Amino acid sequence: MTRGQDAWVTSMIAVRDARDEAAFARLFGHFAPRVKAFLMRSGADATLAEECAQETMATLWHKAHLFDPNRASVATWIFTIARNRRIDVLRRTRHPEPEDLPWGPEPEPDQADALALQQESKQLGEALAALPEKQRVLIEKAYFGDLTHSEIATETGLPLGTIKSRIRLALDRLRHAMK
Amino acid sequence: MTMHDINHHLTDKLLMAYSAGALPEAFSLAVATHVSMCDECRARLGAYESLGGAVLERADTVAMAPDSLDVTMARIRNGAPVVNTPAPHKRGVLPAPLCDYVGGDLADVRWRSIGMGVKQAILPTSRDATARLLFIPAGAAVPDHGHRGTELTLVLQGAFVDETDRYGPGDIEIADEDLHHMPVADIGADCICLAATDAPLRFRGMIPRLAQPFLRI
Repeated sequence: MTRGQDAWVTSMIAVRDARDEAAFARLFGHFAPRVKAFLMRSGADATLAEECAQETMATLWHKAHLFDPNRASVATWIFTIARNRRIDVLRRTRHPEPEDLPWGPEPEPDQADALALQQESKQLGEALAALPEKQRVLIEKAYFGDLTHSEIATETGLPLGTIKSRIRLALDRLRHAMK
Repeated sequence: MTMHDINHHLTDKLLMAYSAGALPEAFSLAVATHVSMCDECRARLGAYESLGGAVLERADTVAMAPDSLDVTMARIRNGAPVVNTPAPHKRGVLPAPLCDYVGGDLADVRWRSIGMGVKQAILPTSRDATARLLFIPAGAAVPDHGHRGTELTLVLQGAFVDETDRYGPGDIEIADEDLHHMPVADIGADCICLAATDAPLRFRGMIPRLAQPFLRI
């Protein structure tokens, strides 16, 4: 059986709130091999990718208290950790991050918001899968670090228009979640 | 954290390039600082990062080493414990990403005069682009210049006006080869900006051109 997005959120929250090692092992089993593949696509050799994937997963444990299911899916959150690792290690520079949002007045996240965000993330993945191959490959190349920023700025084949409706929905959800 | 109405935002392509990790460090700093001040762009960035998450989720897999989970658990046990509550950032003038680069807040910036009352402080980033803080006294002008590459100018305090519009706190101007401008600080207050460029500026006047190699602008 494949786990849906919500199961990953459940595991992540178990790591965050209960330091649950079994939940961590489930996340590790699913995401570490993807992070390793991502880093190898970005130019790391197998040894370096293995090490960085381990570090990415260790960061997930250490920074679990920053995970907010209202603002990101587990895959998105891990992507940002792995991306920053890639920039540190492969480009030897930093990736400055925005200031953290101050905690809102309600400490308890709104479950409906979190569920809706996970749903949008899933649909964004489906929209990506449904793109014509050429366009999908371009998006993947951009996120795997194969396009320079000027290539992203000039690349006319990037299907930003096509997936804009999906991005738009994800955006509306995030706006709502930050209110 | 929106302090004022922000009218000039990041483009989709800059947000995508930032989320993909493709920008030079100086540009990433300008993006992260604008996002710290602008909830709208923070939400838009979240959407582009979701796209990165979708790419990762769909990515191929490469098997981890057989003992990798144990090794990672050992890393976790030996690793420095992360403080559970990040120290609340005391809000001065500079948003957190900039404070990291300055090593403090506005009072800690080490300014160097570049003439006519204008001061700058170059921030330590990778050399593929340059990030600098600019201090423009109320009513003063930055010499008329054009751009070879891209220049991002983010207002942190005060405001400036150029041929295109008025830019207040949180506004970011994205200038490319086509723009030749002479930003003038609002008369009401000194203007402090973060400017990121990936190529030297092109000045029109003789004096700034001569001074350029020494000032690194």
